[in-house]
This record gives sequence, structure tokens and C-alpha cells, in this order.
Amino acid sequence: MSAMKTSFTRLALAAGLGAAVAVGGVVAASAEEPKRGGVLRIVVGSKIPSYDGHRESTFGMIHPIRPFYSLLIRVNPDDPQSSDFICDLCEGDLPAPTNEGKTYTFKIRQGVKFHDGTPLTAHDIVATYNKIIFPPEGILSNRVSRFSMVETISAPDDFTVQFDLKYASPGFIPMVATPFNFVYAKKDIEQKDPEGKDPQYGMKWHQNNINGTGAFSFVEHQPGAFVKGKRYEDYHHEGKPYLDGYKAISAPKMSVRIQSIRGGRADIEFRGFPPKSRDDLVKALGEDITVQESAWNCTFGYAGNQTKPLFQDKRVRQAMTLALDRWGASNYLSKIAIVKTVGGLALPGHPVATDEATLKTYYGYWPDIKKSREKARELLKAAGAEGAHFKIWNRAVDQPYKVVGTWMLDQWKQIGLDVEQVVVPTGPWYAGLRDPDAFDVAIWPSCQSIVNPIVDAGAWLSKERAADNRGYYTDPVLDEWYDEMNREGDPAKQKEIYRKFEKRVLHDEAHFGQVLWWNKINPHRSYVKGWKIAPSHYLNQSLDQVWLDVSDEERKQRTMDELGG
Amino acid sequence: MYKYVVKRLLLLIPTLLGAAVLVFLLLRAVPGNVCELRLGGGGEWVDPAALEQCQIQLGLKDPMHVQLYDFLTNFFTFNFGESMWTGRPVAFEIALRFELSLQIAIMATLVSILVAIPLGTISAIKQNTWIDYVVRTISIAGIAIPSFWLGIIIILGLLITTQAYLGTPWMPPIDYRPLWEDPGYNLSMLIWPAVATGYRYSAVATRMTRSALLEVLREDYVRTARAKGLLEKMIINRHALRNSLLPVVTIIGIEFAFLMGGLVVTEQVFNLNGIGKLFVESVGNQDYVMTQSLVMLVVTIFVLVNLVVDILYAVLDPRIRYS
Repeated sequence: MSAMKTSFTRLALAAGLGAAVAVGGVVAASAEEPKRGGVLRIVVGSKIPSYDGHRESTFGMIHPIRPFYSLLIRVNPDDPQSSDFICDLCEGDLPAPTNEGKTYTFKIRQGVKFHDGTPLTAHDIVATYNKIIFPPEGILSNRVSRFSMVETISAPDDFTVQFDLKYASPGFIPMVATPFNFVYAKKDIEQKDPEGKDPQYGMKWHQNNINGTGAFSFVEHQPGAFVKGKRYEDYHHEGKPYLDGYKAISAPKMSVRIQSIRGGRADIEFRGFPPKSRDDLVKALGEDITVQESAWNCTFGYAGNQTKPLFQDKRVRQAMTLALDRWGASNYLSKIAIVKTVGGLALPGHPVATDEATLKTYYGYWPDIKKSREKARELLKAAGAEGAHFKIWNRAVDQPYKVVGTWMLDQWKQIGLDVEQVVVPTGPWYAGLRDPDAFDVAIWPSCQSIVNPIVDAGAWLSKERAADNRGYYTDPVLDEWYDEMNREGDPAKQKEIYRKFEKRVLHDEAHFGQVLWWNKINPHRSYVKGWKIAPSHYLNQSLDQVWLDVSDEERKQRTMDELGG
Repeated sequence: MYKYVVKRLLLLIPTLLGAAVLVFLLLRAVPGNVCELRLGGGGEWVDPAALEQCQIQLGLKDPMHVQLYDFLTNFFTFNFGESMWTGRPVAFEIALRFELSLQIAIMATLVSILVAIPLGTISAIKQNTWIDYVVRTISIAGIAIPSFWLGIIIILGLLITTQAYLGTPWMPPIDYRPLWEDPGYNLSMLIWPAVATGYRYSAVATRMTRSALLEVLREDYVRTARAKGLLEKMIINRHALRNSLLPVVTIIGIEFAFLMGGLVVTEQVFNLNGIGKLFVESVGNQDYVMTQSLVMLVVTIFVLVNLVVDILYAVLDPRIRYS
């Protein structure tokens, strides 16, 4: 038996369960005294488009750039599995809403400075959120409509920020904690073009420049190769960061990322590896590798295209979901693919997520797969759709798309359906999803950063309201329940509405088939300490908690090699 | 000769124009666009308004003929534009990677020349002996084995053997440092891809050297030289080898041009931030501006390398004259 140190963490978002749960092996002792110094080497599987978090949405930007910036509030780095948010640039506890849940007032930390020495005030926060929520015409901001509840943002004084909402919304605080909401300096946002050509120069300045209040300050970016940062000595969380710096190396090919950890060229990769790669690394490195695992806030589902007659009959859609052996797949498919957790529309463990007993009453979640498939055949017969032919429109990416798509094909064949799989590159795949004539059944994934199921449920609204509705259906009942849920202040009532909403999507109408939730696997060198896996690869990336448990000489050497002393 | 070179350089213009129109149309025939990939490629929710705005900003909503006109006028006025993915000037992005690709191409060419010409010559001289069979087996294997596969085997071999013998697995560096900054680091990174690509490249050149030399060795003037009693070494070096090099130079030239933009998989295997990797990423990201510029760069390199090869013909064989 390998002596690997394994800190398998299990999602424990439910109230009170916050901390990661150790299932086996040895969890890195939190009482260890962090050592200062050294440079962390990260491998990143995607490229940086621009540095501007407000406009981008890829982890290829978050992993190398997030450590330069702070947020107003963030996921608790000590317990990233919980739905616990803490202040980053604000101080004290998170504010309780006033004015019937429509006003949030944040007190801003004093003494915080941007990397260029500019002191941070509430006006910087206001300018930042105005750029995110109310960008001027011509400025791209990718989360405008998710902040639709916000009416105004103001600064009553230099260290107070007030958000006034149009209506009380439980989705507001999680949206503020979104890791893309980098806080910028007002003077940077408002600066003028030195050449006088571009009136929106300041609004675009952060696309190619960096000036934050994060744990690390910018050193160098060699496009396509790496980004380097060094410790920011005036960082506002005292005593942190522990590292002298970090280097995020771009390595798009997964085999390079895996081998670079094995071969000592990198220490960690934050997105996640397939189970086979985890096993290979553990086999090769034994106790030198630590594996952290977590349920991942990414759904993997499908939708029948309801502009096509076959999928307009809900009995066909129900038969399709009944055919899938989710509980079995959670055991065997998870050995080869990055999917594992059986769940409904909300990430299991979250307060609004459905409990297992209720879930097992929904079509497709029955524990007895034989009985489930008998029912599926009955429904197909009643719908006159026995042996019906359709194609799965899938993305040419192995994990988890092709692997799970192939498994789904087999599952549907077992109830007599005649299924083919069409696998296309990412660009044409997206283009096809936007054209209802292009596909029969779409693979429909959704990866979010903050676990915010109430807001995220917007994906399953009618096609007139949800641009990414892959089933092309119209369901006014869902639309009504969604609005009701989003304006409901009482969590118990909200959960009740969510339950109705979810049952209609998955069972009654079977508009969407949630197959399995993704499973995040992060093997890293055992000497990397202080980083805890979150349920999203976008979260907990400030790196201020991370330290290296290697000798003093090695830490010094790393600093010398990468930062020159 | 001068007129010939000018004429060939002028021919570059219609060649580039044809390539430009072709690549423009082919890229747009593929469904999808860079905005969709950039804003939602990771599966995150995309704001439809942001998507629309991105497409407008990048000119993707303009009619095709307007996009083509803009591309051609910008290209022929040396304004290569900005990458649709990074927003940085295309010329900057390419220049950043050109040095690495050029170094790999030169190293692989050196490996190839150093291996191919001696081996091809020995193989021809020792035709149908065991030496010839060994050289032919090695060169046929080199042609048959893809260089990216050899690259993977090299990396795995290094990891396994260093772990077995040194106790710690070692692999080549995955981030580039220029040769003049840190020669040891640079070579420990680039020697492996140079060997992996140089092996395949040398295999082709070895085969070509062998067959060309065998042909020349059967020529009348070689028989005459032998009849005159010249030393075999002198016959090979002075008369046969030089005359057999024309096809070998052609092969080396074409392969060199290919290496400047064609190492798409090998560069990924070794994580080299070169032109080939940029090519793959640009095509994958549907970054039309970058892909178009890279295609034009490769076309230009091919045309220029072919011109250099043609000029070398005249140097190697005084009977060849251009007018």
C-alpha cells in the first residue's frame, strides 16, 4: 500500500459542516508553522486572454493573475468547501442587509495600498463595481446581468461602501465574492490616454496592465510562457504571503503538466487531473505526492432539443433520464473520468441541495436500474418512440465530455434507442449549440465559480430568458418560480420553491438530464502546504496561505533562480 | 542572377495574395468564433450582451467582403493587427516566439546534417553490406516514427531512468531561457526536441544522400576518375559527394522551412513556446488575425527558403546559371 499522504476532502457545504472531511490517509496538519520564502511553480493549462478579470472568464487568467488582486469579500481560504464568505478588503464580519434586505454597507479596511503605493479607499471599490455592473458603452463586462439586482453603489465616506438593491436577493453576496471581481484603483480606471486618442483608455487599462492590492506584485509576463509575481510586503493580511513569489507556467498539454509535477519542474496544478493521472503520479512519487479531491461546481448534463418532434414528448425525455445508471456510474465511471457526485441541480452539500432520499424518488435516480429501464421502455412504447434514432452533439475534449458521452450512448442503447455521437471541436460545438437545427441532444455542461444555485438556476429558464438554454423549451412555470425564488427572503420558503423548480426540470418535464457532478482531483507535491481545495478551480487562488515545506537552502535557491534574490 | 532573384521576389506578391484569400475563406468556413471560446470556453455562464459586444469590437459582425478588404489592405501595408485572443500586436506575439523556433530549426538542421551526410555516404559506399543495412534500418525507422511520439518517449525515458539511477525523476525544463542568458538551461531544454525532430529530418536526408550518391557513383566521370587512378577518398569527396548534394540541399531547405512553423505537436510535447504552438492555439481559439498572419509568415518563409535553395544550386553546380 502506498504511503501517499492523502487529504481526500469531501464537500461539506451544508451549514456547520464547513471544514474539509478527511476520508483516509493523513491530512496535512494545520498546526504546522508556515515557513517563509521560496517560489511556487504552478502549471496552467490555458492561456491568458487579457489581465482584466471583469471581462474574462477563464481559469487561464485567474490562476496566474488572481494573486495580484484582492476582492471586497472572498471565499474563506481556510475553509473553501463551505459557503462561508469573509472580508478581504472590507473589515469585520460580512454586513447584514438593512432596508428589508435591500441595502448592504461594507466598512473598508484602512491602510491598504495598491502596489504602486496609492492608498485604497471606498471610492476605488465604487469605481470597480461601477465598471463591473454599469460599464459604459463599448466596455465589455461579463457579469452585468448577474448583478441585475443592484440599483446603485455609493461611498458615503472614504471608508464605507453602500450597495442599494432593487429587491432583496440571496444571490447578491455570492456574486460580490466572485473571484473575477478584482478591485482596481479609481485613478487607474479614470486615467486619460496620454496620446488623447481613446476616451475609454482608463476603462481598458487593466487589460494590459496590473496594479492591485493582492498578496503578490507583478514581475514579468512572457506571453504564452509564464507569469511571475513577488511578495507584496505591504499586503493587508498581516504576516502573509509566506512565499517570496510564484511562477505560473503555461502548459496547455495535460501530459506536460502531469510530467512536470512528476519531474520536479512544477509543484502544483490547480484545475485538476483525471483519476488515471492521479494514480500514475501516486505510483511514481509515493509519499512525495499529496492528493486533494472535491466535488466540483460543474454540472455535466444533456438536453433533448425540443424544437425536434421526438423530444417534444416528455415521455421520451423521461425515458432518457431513466436509462442512466447514475449510482453505478458514480462508482465505475469515476475511475476513468472526472465525474463522480450524484446530485440534482444544486451542488450536493449546499443548503438548498436535495437530500439523497428525495433524489431517489426522481426519474433517473432510482436505486434499482433494472426497474428504471423497464419504466423507460414502457414510456418509449407509449410515446411510439421505440428504437428512435438521434445524435449526441458532443465536444472534442476527452475529460469528461467524450468519456461520459460514450457512456451515455451505451446507456441509451440499453433501452433500445438508436444513438450516435457527433464529436466536434470546441468552436463548432458552441456554434452548433446556438443553432437548434444543428443537433438532436446537446451535452450541456456548466461550470461556475461561487456555489450560488439560486442564481445559477437561471440556466434552466425558458429559451426566451436563458440564452444558453440548450433544450430550446419554453416553460413559463419555471420562469415564475425562478423570479419568486430570487425575491424570497425566507431561506426555508426559498428552498421549498427551489425543490419544486428542480423536480419540474429533472423529473416532471425532464427538460434537462443532470448526469453527474464533476470531481476535482488535485495531486500536488507534498511540500506544498496551506492550499485547500475548493469546489471550483476559480476559487481560493490568492496564494496568500501557501507555503513550501522544503529546506531553507532550497527555498533560497528557488527565490534566487526565479526572482534573482 | 540579380534579375532572377528580383523576379522571384516579385512572384512572392501573387503567392501571398492567393494564400491570404484562401486562408481567410477557410478560417471562416469553420463555425464558431473567438468570443464564444474566450468568454464561455470553460463552461462558465456567458452574458449574451457581452458576447455581442465582443463580436462587434473584433469586427466579426462586419460583412465578409469588408473583413477581407481590411485584412488585405492591413497585411500589404505591414499592419498585422492585434491578436483577437490577447489583444497584443501580432508582430509582437510572433517575434517573441520566433527566436525559439529558429533555434530549434537550426539545431535540428545541424543534427540532421551531421548525421545524414556521413551516414548516407557510408551507406552508399558500403552498399549491400551489413553497414548499409544498419543505416537503412535506422533511417527507415526515423521516417516511420513521428517526432512527437519520439519526444514523449524521450521524456518518459528520462523520467524513468533518472528516477531509477539518481533516485529523483528529472525532465527537461518547461520554460524557455535564451541561449545567451543561460546556455546550460537553454540547451538542457532544447537539445531533446532538436534530437527528436532532427532524427526524422536526418532519416529523410540520409536516404536522399545515399540514393543520390549511388547514382553519381555510376556516372562516367567517376569511372574515368577511378581509371585515372585517383584515390577513392578524393573521388568521393571532391567529385561524387558535391554533385550528389543538390537533392539533399532541397530536402534540407524544405525541412528547415517546415520546422519554422510546422512543429505543432512536438512543441506541445516539450512545452516550447514557439511558432508551432502559437499556430495550434490560434487555430483552436479561432483567432483569425493571428492564424492569418502565421500562415502568411510560413508561406513567406517557404518561398524565401526555396529561393535560397535555388541559389545554392548554382553555388554547388557551376553548370547551373540563372537568367
